[in-house]
Amino acid sequence: MKKIVIIGATSSIAEHCARVWSRQEDVHFILVARNIQRLESIVGDLKVRNPKVKVDCCSVDFMDATAIQNLADSITKEGMINVLLVAHGVLPDQNEAVEKIWLIRESIEINAISPVLFAEAFAGHMISVNSGSIALIGSVAGDRGRKSNYVYGSAKGLVERYVQGLRHRFAGMDVDAIIIKPGPTNTPMTAHLTLEGQSLATVESVAEIVVRGIDQKQPYIYAPRKWAFIMFIIRHLPNWLFNKLDI
Amino acid sequence: MKVSSWGNIENENHNCVFINSTRPDLSALDRPILAYGMGRSYGDVCLNPRSTLIRTESLDRYIDFDIESGILTLESGVLLRDIQKLMIPQGWILPVSPGSQIVTVGGAIANDVHGKNHHVNGSFCDHLTNLVIVRTEGDVLSCNRTENSGLFYATIGGLGLTGVIVEATLQLKKVVGPWLETETIPYYSLDEFFHLADMSESEWEYTVSWIDCFSPEGKGIFMRSNHTNKVKNDPHKKNTLFMPFTPPMSLVNKLTLKPFNKLYFWLNSVRRGKRLMFYEDFFYPLDHIQNWNRIYGIKGFYQYQIVIPRKDRKETISKILSEITRSKQGSFLAVLKTFGDKKASGLLSFPMPGVTLALDFPNLGITTLELFNQLDAIVGSAGGRVYAAKDCRMSKEMFRIGYPLIDEFESFRDPGISSALSRRLLGS
Repeated sequence: MKKIVIIGATSSIAEHCARVWSRQEDVHFILVARNIQRLESIVGDLKVRNPKVKVDCCSVDFMDATAIQNLADSITKEGMINVLLVAHGVLPDQNEAVEKIWLIRESIEINAISPVLFAEAFAGHMISVNSGSIALIGSVAGDRGRKSNYVYGSAKGLVERYVQGLRHRFAGMDVDAIIIKPGPTNTPMTAHLTLEGQSLATVESVAEIVVRGIDQKQPYIYAPRKWAFIMFIIRHLPNWLFNKLDI
Repeated sequence: MKVSSWGNIENENHNCVFINSTRPDLSALDRPILAYGMGRSYGDVCLNPRSTLIRTESLDRYIDFDIESGILTLESGVLLRDIQKLMIPQGWILPVSPGSQIVTVGGAIANDVHGKNHHVNGSFCDHLTNLVIVRTEGDVLSCNRTENSGLFYATIGGLGLTGVIVEATLQLKKVVGPWLETETIPYYSLDEFFHLADMSESEWEYTVSWIDCFSPEGKGIFMRSNHTNKVKNDPHKKNTLFMPFTPPMSLVNKLTLKPFNKLYFWLNSVRRGKRLMFYEDFFYPLDHIQNWNRIYGIKGFYQYQIVIPRKDRKETISKILSEITRSKQGSFLAVLKTFGDKKASGLLSFPMPGVTLALDFPNLGITTLELFNQLDAIVGSAGGRVYAAKDCRMSKEMFRIGYPLIDEFESFRDPGISSALSRRLLGS
């Protein structure tokens, strides 16, 4: 039975990825969240979608490196894991964050440091068994710093650079490091964007692309795919032009 | 945020609040509030302009399912489409589903929707065994036919006005598979339609008909079907079309309508006879065209659906069709169907024994509204009612004529909840 560990399992994209996996096959999920009670309804839901899935839940302090390492050790002691999906994140309000700079620290801690700690805690184990995939959810916002969201984007950019290094380390092995870059997606995290009338990708469609990408071990997963094209252009715009854009 | 319903008649600002817990805290919200699912109601039942809409799309989790008994408990934002997709391969199906499956369970309950098998299975809430609602003052109430039964009967078909529905328990129906044995039969008069409908009730689980609303004699296409364990060899391919924009004027108009109706009748007459169909193609043909409501242009459209009792049914339908023909308004989306004898249980449920007619009308302003008033007069004097889930224009008097239990219903309303419809028809 495929074993999948999901960190930040209450996040909407993570929950929908779990639904896609549970539809495809009988999976053993290990769901990790800050608040274990919030996992209850997700576990019940997955068990109706596929009664044969096995679901274990754990909670941990997402900023405590030692606790994270201990958790990873105890999970991996039970046997090999196939996929680690690190999905947690918080979208800060850019304008608020530049006024209250402690929000920048919080954002970088939860969006960058914490995911990296989780990935690193599992990486050694995957190398030792020479198997598995580590997938982290970054963002298109991490591709190039922009005035409208660089507090969030810089944290996601750090995650991408970390995954790049991990991938280099995994070269020649059967271990994969994957960065997922969703565009703006209709989730509770982006509810305020929906309110502004932006049309966002559905979380179902994003989850389908993410799961397919992880299963196929694609190193970069843009979801929806059009963002690969859009961000290619954004990344390559010369500064004189880029700086004129209100994005 | 601008929100409109499926008919696109109004497009007003709402303060939208997304909930993703079945125990939401409603106390801090600006009142009045109203729960909103997929916005597939045609009229103003799901709108609450300049006030708060509780968006339930994230309440999309299953809670429990017993594969032996077919009893499914779920959150109210789950789509009927997702239930069908998950359950049909396991041998269970929704016993009643409306013409679109892209609606939430909460919406299906609040409007006590019906389907093509009303004569066999009644309406949606006949298969609802329990529901949980959250009232704005904070109470979380479980209700069913024995516990809080008054609130239960007020909530089913209760237009979302008795509390926010957060959970439901449904009794699903056993099914042999996703395919249906269907038969298409053209008819040339209302007599012929009623004969076919009456004859089919005992042998066929699903019946429905398309009617040419410009034929006072009542010409149309009758379709009926049963579940079958036969399977088509070619795997089902889903073709989804997409209406990419809203044209400035309705594409359904005097020029296009008559030729289209003639063509549609001719095509289906040629295709008469039996064939196997996938359940989605038979139950929800319009779901294959995303945003089909845009064909009516920026002014939007009305759907007018009524039910009239069995007595004098042919004369009444005939009068309605004559009135529509005379007005030269109408659409190719016109459905005529008989309801069975099962009485719906909600205080404001729409179905009653008799025959129902549903028609789309492009919004031509006052001329369309005048036509509806004339049709209302015919329906009212025949002892019928207008379907509130699709309405945004009927008068208070017409609502009272059709729904005599309004006063009893009012005592179960949540004082913190109101909609454009309730303010129009109930005064608050």
